[in-house]
Amino acid sequence: MSGFAQGWSTIAARAVRASLLLAVVAMAPPAHAITADTPLVEPRLEARAILLHKVLRCLVCQNQSIHDSNADLARDMRRIVRDRIATGASDEAVIQSIVARYGDWVLLRPPFKTKTLALWLGPAVILMLATAGVLAYFRRRRTKAATAPPLTAEEQRRLNALLDEPS
Amino acid sequence: MRLGYFTPLAVFAVLALALGIGLTLEPRNIPSALIGELVPTFDLPPVAGRELGLASADLKGGEVALVNVFASWCGACRIEHPLLMALSRQGVVPVHGLAYKDRSANAARWLNQFGDPYRRIGLDLDGRVGIDWGVYGVPESFIVDGRGVIVAKHIGPITQRDLNETILPAIARARQR
Repeated sequence: MSGFAQGWSTIAARAVRASLLLAVVAMAPPAHAITADTPLVEPRLEARAILLHKVLRCLVCQNQSIHDSNADLARDMRRIVRDRIATGASDEAVIQSIVARYGDWVLLRPPFKTKTLALWLGPAVILMLATAGVLAYFRRRRTKAATAPPLTAEEQRRLNALLDEPS
Repeated sequence: MRLGYFTPLAVFAVLALALGIGLTLEPRNIPSALIGELVPTFDLPPVAGRELGLASADLKGGEVALVNVFASWCGACRIEHPLLMALSRQGVVPVHGLAYKDRSANAARWLNQFGDPYRRIGLDLDGRVGIDWGVYGVPESFIVDGRGVIVAKHIGPITQRDLNETILPAIARARQR
């Protein structure tokens, strides 16, 4: 076999291998198909489930909701929420059952209660303190300016001279 | 108003203190909502080749117990495994296992290979019972008093230090009640 023909056969072999690989890749199911959720048949119930998924924190990824997370635990929790909704539980009951297991922490929006007062009111209190501070500062400056001693005759004469000066 | 000049310093000190304390906290340790609560109601079958499964009733027999959530796929479980073996061998506390999202054969193989510290093991194939226990990362361990009330929880592999500083004292306290 000549070198030329050998070169071509290698290229052909490579092409075959590449297309085989492509075919395998194309035939493989997309990765998410393995972990895909089974949505509830009733669209109204599924919509409620999704809304709840969005307010529940995934405990593995911590700053994602279970709706956004692809962690195994998030998937299991999504399924539990769907099951509860399918069996007729109210939104509050579903949330309550999850909070009973994982605590308030599982809620992406922390509830308003004594323990979280500082969290909810802290920013407002700091803003009010800062505003009060700024107001007090300006008021003090204004009163200082108002109570400044009047100009002496000499100062008044110099001021008038400066004001009369043609620019 | 000389004092006013120290305000930024004071604000800085407060911030530094608050953030400094924040740095020492472990964000992965979420306080369990189940401390002081009864264990969830469950009844799990045993792992292949074993006879004793685990159910809530098994934790209400009057004896303080350690319930360890493990899995054959869990690498960190191997770290604490020798400690659990020692606890079990020395009879410090009955250790029960919850094979979380594990296949029966895999869990059995794991136990046969590394040793089985558990008195009873419940196989939680789909992880539902685990979620009822508030499990979110394996390994996790719970101390359950004799009436089936969860009195303490440890997240992550148990080290000798965890054992001495938190787990053994928790067991002792649970026994006194």
